[in-house]
Amino acid sequence: MHAAYPAVVAALLFSIGVYGVLARRNAILVLMSVELMLNAVNLNLVAFDVLWRDRLHGGQVLTLFTIVIAAAEIGLGLAIVLLVFRNRASVEVDRLNALTEEPAGKGDGA
Amino acid sequence: MIVLASFVILLPFLAAFAGLLLGPRTSRLLGARPGPVPDEGPDALRGLRRNGPALIACVPLLAATMLALVVAVTVWRDPGARTGSLTYVPTGTLRIDIGLQVDGLAALVGLMVCCVALAVQVYSVAYMAKDPRYSSYTAFISMFTAAMLLVVFAGDLLLLYVGWEVMGICSYFLIGHHWEDRANSRAAVKAFLVTRVGDVGFLLGILVLGAGAGTFTVDGVLAAVPEMPHGTVVAATLLLLAGVAGKSAQFPLHTWLPDAMAGPTPISALIHAATMVAAGIYVVARLYPVFLDSAPALTLLGVMAVVSMLGSALAALAQDDLKRVLAYSTISQLGYMAAGLAVGAESAAIFHLVAHGAFKALLFLAAGCVIFVTGSNLLRRYGGLRRAMPVTFWSMTIGYAALIGLPPVSGFFSKDSIIEGARHAAAESGLVGDHPEVAHLPGAMAWVVYIGLLVTVGVTAAYVVRAWLMTFFGEARSSFEAREAPALMAVPVAVLAVPAALLGFFGLGADELRPHFASAALALLWAAAGAAVVYLTWNRDPARDPADRLGVVRPVFARAFYVDELYAVLIVRPVRSLARLVVAADRHGIDAAVEGTAAWSRRAGGLLRRSQTGNAQTYMTGVLAGVVLIAVGVVVLL
Repeated sequence: MHAAYPAVVAALLFSIGVYGVLARRNAILVLMSVELMLNAVNLNLVAFDVLWRDRLHGGQVLTLFTIVIAAAEIGLGLAIVLLVFRNRASVEVDRLNALTEEPAGKGDGA
Repeated sequence: MIVLASFVILLPFLAAFAGLLLGPRTSRLLGARPGPVPDEGPDALRGLRRNGPALIACVPLLAATMLALVVAVTVWRDPGARTGSLTYVPTGTLRIDIGLQVDGLAALVGLMVCCVALAVQVYSVAYMAKDPRYSSYTAFISMFTAAMLLVVFAGDLLLLYVGWEVMGICSYFLIGHHWEDRANSRAAVKAFLVTRVGDVGFLLGILVLGAGAGTFTVDGVLAAVPEMPHGTVVAATLLLLAGVAGKSAQFPLHTWLPDAMAGPTPISALIHAATMVAAGIYVVARLYPVFLDSAPALTLLGVMAVVSMLGSALAALAQDDLKRVLAYSTISQLGYMAAGLAVGAESAAIFHLVAHGAFKALLFLAAGCVIFVTGSNLLRRYGGLRRAMPVTFWSMTIGYAALIGLPPVSGFFSKDSIIEGARHAAAESGLVGDHPEVAHLPGAMAWVVYIGLLVTVGVTAAYVVRAWLMTFFGEARSSFEAREAPALMAVPVAVLAVPAALLGFFGLGADELRPHFASAALALLWAAAGAAVVYLTWNRDPARDPADRLGVVRPVFARAFYVDELYAVLIVRPVRSLARLVVAADRHGIDAAVEGTAAWSRRAGGLLRRSQTGNAQTYMTGVLAGVVLIAVGVVVLL
């Protein structure tokens, strides 16, 4: 099997993830997009591990690491999203803009 | 000898510092009760014993006067210049000698300065008793005295210049002593600036002389004069004359002096009699050989002298304010000295300087007594003080007689020797004194000086008689309690009356200072004429001011020929509009540019803050775009 197939799939997945993180408004879907990117990387790791017949299977080991970290991250992320939802009754990312600079002239300008 | 002279300078100098730092504290240490010092009765002396600033001022000055007396007597017994160098300051080129020079001239003037300063200090104890800033005032007088003594004894031109400048700043502080009143502080600024204009020339003159002679020591400069190029000498003397005109209040830099009357009366006495104004004449006398080598400078000095003495005598004739009468008379008398120097009668000029120091200090202090008693400066408020203030009356009469130049008081001898010198120069068609080897004045100039002197004698007699009559005779023109001034004020006045009366006889020892019958008689005729005119006018109606008879010209005289107004139009106003322009340029150009940076930064910040939307995804997009850019750059460029 050619190495291009997994690589292209991984690239597509990663791009979809990036697009999702940058463009989705729902926080949960943003988290899902992050998972997509992580999994694109996992796919790459496993594919190249197999391709180069790594004797220590570093790629697969690293994949396991990534999966664990991704799980922990999702746990935390969902908890945060839930808290945000409790506070604001919405998880729209573009409306969570409490850190906006106020338009010039309204603030104290400092 | 040099050590004694240096102590004469140092004692008042240290007294000034001690007074500024410890004056009021000393009073507390001596156990003085807080509150005003009594100036009358038996408590006065007890108060003086506990008056810290007064003690700090008077005791060292008394010691310095004693030392100056010792110096003067020693020099008198054994004439000749003594120079001594304490140390010198290497400057890389011409070194500055911190040295003193004691000769007859310096010893005489130094003694005169000390005596007048002592009288002024004692007088001030009573005059300024109620003044809250008496302590700093008296310390500044000490400083002023020390600076003048430094000018007198300095053996080096730059050292002399130090004293010259310290005097300038002290005069500023003292004239502006009552700075709560705006007019006083303006007068102080005016005195400072006008003399400063002359000082610029003075410093340049010193530098030219020093560069020409290769040394700044006085004797070195005098020794080098014959070898110096004529142009250098003329340039230096003309530049020095600028400073002399400033300090000695000669036309055209005389305008500060009448305004300097804003200061307390004792300080007027000090400035006018012994220190500041004497310094200019003294320096010319000190460097006289240099001036003898420079006919243009002598001619200019003669012109300045004639204009100053005649103009200010006429101005004095029309003043309302007693102190301003005396101020203009000071300019006039300094004009006499300058005239004496211009025609080569330098010893006569110094003789007159010393005599004038005595009688002008006396007149000012006596005027202070009159002002103290009547509570007014204006002549038209006085009258009939003769009986109530006998000490003041007689002292002031002696002073006035000296000012006119009546025999046998001091002014007669000194003024007469100057007039005789001028007559001699005029008759010899411009021969300067007994110095046939030097350049001649233009003959016409000598005649102008001589005639100017005679006319001024007449005008002087007129204004003196006017002031004298209006103060002491007739009926009182305003309500005041006529009494004699306090003892601390009357005693210095009475003591000063002695030298004012007797100093003239010291001149009999020298040939060139003896009165000559013909010229003395001529001057006395002029004086009698001037006095008679005023007396007859006054006698017709004692309640009126004789100067009213001047009619149309009175305001012209009273405003001193509008020189002040002329300066205001020609100099002050242009300079002020220029200053306003500079301020405007500073405000709208430079300040605007500097403050504009703030506005521009804020505007630029306003543009940048647009990007801070608070939306995390936008930021991420920016980060990604940046990463992509960097990646592309790396791939393309590397």
